[in-house]
Amino acid sequence: MSSHYEAPIRRPLIVGDKSYHDITVEVAAPVEGKANKLWWTAFTIALVAFLWGLGSIIYTIGTGIGVWGLNKTVGWAWDITNFVWWVGIGHAGTLISAVLLLFRQKWRMGINRSAEAMTIFSVVQAGLFPVIHMGRVWDAHFVLPIPNQFGSLWTNFNSPLLWDVFAISTYLSVSLVFWWTGLLPDFAMLRDRAVKPFQKKIYSLLSFGWTGRAKDWQRFEEVSLVLAGLATPLVLSVHTIVSFDFATSVIPGWHTTIFPPYFVAGAVFSGFAMVNTLLIIMRKVSNLEAYITKQHIELMNIVIMITGSIVGCAYITELFIAWYSGVEYEQYAFLNRATGPYWWAYLLMMSCNVFSPQFMWSKKLRQSITFSFIISIVVNIGMWFERFVIIVTSLHRDYLPSSWTMFSPTFVDIGIYVGTIGFFFVLFLLYARTFPVIAQAEVKSILKSSGENFKKLRDGNHE
Amino acid sequence: MSNKVVQAMYNDDDILMDAVKETRAANHHIEEVYTPFPVHGLDKAMGLKGTRLAITAFMYGCVGFSFAVWMMNYMMIEQWPQDIGGKPSMSFFLNMPAFVPIMFELSVFFAAHLMVITFYMRSRLWPFKEAENPDPRTTDDMFVMEVAVEGDEAALVSFLEKTGTVEIKVTEKH
Repeated sequence: MSSHYEAPIRRPLIVGDKSYHDITVEVAAPVEGKANKLWWTAFTIALVAFLWGLGSIIYTIGTGIGVWGLNKTVGWAWDITNFVWWVGIGHAGTLISAVLLLFRQKWRMGINRSAEAMTIFSVVQAGLFPVIHMGRVWDAHFVLPIPNQFGSLWTNFNSPLLWDVFAISTYLSVSLVFWWTGLLPDFAMLRDRAVKPFQKKIYSLLSFGWTGRAKDWQRFEEVSLVLAGLATPLVLSVHTIVSFDFATSVIPGWHTTIFPPYFVAGAVFSGFAMVNTLLIIMRKVSNLEAYITKQHIELMNIVIMITGSIVGCAYITELFIAWYSGVEYEQYAFLNRATGPYWWAYLLMMSCNVFSPQFMWSKKLRQSITFSFIISIVVNIGMWFERFVIIVTSLHRDYLPSSWTMFSPTFVDIGIYVGTIGFFFVLFLLYARTFPVIAQAEVKSILKSSGENFKKLRDGNHE
Repeated sequence: MSNKVVQAMYNDDDILMDAVKETRAANHHIEEVYTPFPVHGLDKAMGLKGTRLAITAFMYGCVGFSFAVWMMNYMMIEQWPQDIGGKPSMSFFLNMPAFVPIMFELSVFFAAHLMVITFYMRSRLWPFKEAENPDPRTTDDMFVMEVAVEGDEAALVSFLEKTGTVEIKVTEKH
């Protein structure tokens, strides 16, 4: 038992009297069972929203970007807001699977699979926006440096928008292989349990013939560690580069050096909130409360509280620096943000992102599942408004007062946004029914150190 | 030479670890061990060499970095230099700061993907690959140690029976 020692002060990460086989059965249950009414209802709603969004996208492509609410002053609005929002949400998955792996945090194992799934699905949503904003979607491949008949006219590697192309595609593809490599042993588990021939076929295809040899596990662990080491700077670079889209411009309110760390903290903040939103529901619906415990939710709440406070610090720093810089344009941009026509958006952002996470200082509140769920939604709303505030309030009153204007979204803007939420949930709901949603192989490896029954057995011996 | 192996099954990772150590100490050759999850220290107990995948990742990263440098130098400086926003493409080193993000991204891209591809090739994992685990329970809660039969088969079986195995099988390996 000595090799599985863990300090008694650490709370168990697997609740109940579980054996290895129990973990297998309980992780496989949602895949092997039938979907209930609730799943079908949620799936139908998500599918309808997705189809509405698809229609809006087709309408945009067919008619042109003019169907959006953009005007000559506000040339970027909901599209880029949604883009940054979705990319930000994606960050928590990588943070959980990579950064927490490097820090040897065992609590990542209950939640990393779903968090990574969320990452991939939300980066897919994010990627849609720049592509459809191109207008001529069929020329999308021109963002890649491929030889062409124009001489060759290459892409501009000085542009942050091109950095974004590289950052987002590297991020999406690396997250995907990280996720898939981790999935192999769990798909193999489903494959070896499958009774229906079709299921067996699908899962053997997906598991790449994983057999669990000692050498494979050794390589698997090394690959996971190195991928975590690569993904950690990658995830930080992605949102840094997203912030460069703004920070390298000369727009007051955007041209600030604080943007990269501030965006990264905001991304982690919103991402953890989304993980909480999804997992609080999933642990209940899929009966995984023993693996995604209250302890997991509490720890995520602490991350939300800390990153929310970092974001709050960044807001205040921005205001101070605007005043301290002595630059009138900069000062006006911030004054206008807080007290101009979009004051309500600013207030919403401040209260959702800075004020609401402070409740998590209270142990009672951060251990409450209902309260955590509410806060997670509030934070997601707040972070959407943060991007909206940064983007629209900096643009709508530019250097020429004669072109000052407001932005209002059209039904197409709203449709596309709602559509991506629908698309996200379509993917996530399908995932929840067909994938092993807990990294069961990894969870088994911590059962003896962090399982409630084993901890009791061991700690009892010390007394 | 016979390809006979004895497959000893265990239902606990600690018992397996002890069995692996005992078997090695008794000079039997362990062909393979199949486990449902990574058992820490098992590779050392079996006497497996460390993996060099991390080194390959470093080398692939260097390839990615060099590729990024070559590509941006060729496209932005040599083949079609442009004056973008009053910042002409004079030399690679003057433009270099703007190239850093993509140098980084491509290093990570090459390192991650090529390392994973190397892992899949070396461990023979790909779609449509047939699984080769001796028992479907090895992805659930069973641990299998395969020991090569060299000489006295009955003695080996009785030795392994004493290591805490729950099931034992002698089989032909291809």
